[in-house]
Amino acid sequence: MTDLTRLSAADLADKLASREVSSVEVTQAHLDRIAAVEADVHAYLHVSDHALGVAADIDRRRAAGEDLGPVAGVPLAIKDVLVTTDMPSTSGSKILEGYMSPYDATVVARSRAAGLVPLGKTNMDEFAMGSSTEHSAYGPTRNPWDLDRIPGGSGGGSAAAVAAFEAPLALGSDTGGSIRQPAHVTGTVGIKPTYGGVSRYGAIALASSLDQVGPVTRTVLDAGLLHDVIGGHDHNDSTSLTQDWPSFAEAAREGARGDVLKGLKVGVITELPDSGFQAGVSASFRAALAKMEAQGAEIVEISAPHFEYGVAAYYLILPAEASSNLAKFDSVRFGLRVDVPGGTVEDVMAASRDAGFGDEVKRRIILGTYALSAGYYDAYYGSAQKVRTLIQRDFDAAFGQVDVIATPTAPTTAFKLGERIDDPLQMYLNDVTTIPANLAGVPGISVPTGLAEEDGLPVGIQFLAPAREDARLYRVGAALEALLVDGWGGPLLDRAPILGGAR
Amino acid sequence: MLARIQLSDDEVERLTGQLDAIVDNIAKVSEVATPEVPATSHPIPLENVYRPDEVGFTLTTAQVLQNAPDATDDRFRVTAILGEEQ
Repeated sequence: MTDLTRLSAADLADKLASREVSSVEVTQAHLDRIAAVEADVHAYLHVSDHALGVAADIDRRRAAGEDLGPVAGVPLAIKDVLVTTDMPSTSGSKILEGYMSPYDATVVARSRAAGLVPLGKTNMDEFAMGSSTEHSAYGPTRNPWDLDRIPGGSGGGSAAAVAAFEAPLALGSDTGGSIRQPAHVTGTVGIKPTYGGVSRYGAIALASSLDQVGPVTRTVLDAGLLHDVIGGHDHNDSTSLTQDWPSFAEAAREGARGDVLKGLKVGVITELPDSGFQAGVSASFRAALAKMEAQGAEIVEISAPHFEYGVAAYYLILPAEASSNLAKFDSVRFGLRVDVPGGTVEDVMAASRDAGFGDEVKRRIILGTYALSAGYYDAYYGSAQKVRTLIQRDFDAAFGQVDVIATPTAPTTAFKLGERIDDPLQMYLNDVTTIPANLAGVPGISVPTGLAEEDGLPVGIQFLAPAREDARLYRVGAALEALLVDGWGGPLLDRAPILGGAR
Repeated sequence: MLARIQLSDDEVERLTGQLDAIVDNIAKVSEVATPEVPATSHPIPLENVYRPDEVGFTLTTAQVLQNAPDATDDRFRVTAILGEEQ
């Protein structure tokens, strides 16, 4: 019998719709896989104890002739930054250990309504601050390609879960690259939608002007299917866009059929130097561009002179917003409280925050309160907001000349666990290519392009499109994916270690 | 201090060095942030909108208190608000 965990969500959906398999069978296969590999991978912080019950309910409704959505019965992993009523939501922090939300995040509620079966909550850097999951208070996730290496971050758990076949679909969140960079290092697909394209209601806020929820999958089509479920206006999120969106699954199917590359103008940024990028990452990127060129795409050099200031601006804006968002962890309404005998509520608050937050969170809160404080505000936060304008202008100028921009998704392949943990600045530079999209609000996708020659680890290409043009990314991403998978003779993940012993 | 985190001495020492390096690096934003450049606070321009002032979905008192470290009589319970010197 086919191993159900190796199938794409689209294939599972077809088999479920034709009743060739039941949701209980599909869900059980994934729970078995989780049991077999979690000791190695640690993608999940919590595995649902009632996923089979949810699946059985979907099967019952299907048997009763109910008209279910296209992905009903397919399992889903949920990043722990998204609140759920039936499982704890910690955002990877000790300060929220055991927290049970009284409501579901909108994306979770929509997933349930579409018949997706939540399998569990995935690991992440604490409050999504990091690029390796090493800042999780519950221990790191390991990269399924090499268990000594990082799975990326902050959404390393979601990426590792789909890469290790512990779920066909996962939800992530991307503030500076937390969906796209993990996709790059695990050989999977990740999309950061246009800011406001997917509701942030119930996503534990990191930096409110940068955060965006999106799909984490193994194929571009699967990402489109999940995006169709979670996207669209939500009156509970005041920054949610009100426009109608096209079907992203349909866009992916259209892209896979071919000729969208003919005449497509692909911008490559002059100022993003090959130096600083690992040789195998650059080589894989160039090879992917050559493939697209052979299909009629035109590669155009574009200038984005302010992108190099993106990381600096980001590490002012993000800590400023994060320090405000995390002020709610005050030991009064929810979360950890440390006992301080005879202490005032302020003493208790300061002691609780010291005990409950990890180093990276403390660094960023302190940085944020400093950047916002009187006397420094104009020089730091004010200047960073101006850089944001300059980066938006770079994008506007570029998209006047090209349809999409392409970059390597990250400068290097997966690095070793522990390698950069004591050097925050080095860690921040992981996100040099992904951050501009968050600052400008434009959508981005990462699609695997192959393995780096020197270490055999996955590499991804990032495409960026103008705001609200997410469908373009699905068309272009699916077109390149089809070309590459065809050339490889099967998905890239077929070459990953199998893990889990017997199989 | 503003961050409301009671750091231990060795935490202060460790974080100070790292923060100095980070601040040095991010200060480069001022190189290009010249006076004529307007600031952007939000990536996609939005206009304020109004809705009827009607009660929507609300949590019950029990739901609000379900994660509280300490609660009594339908209220959050905390230690003294003011210290002796205040």
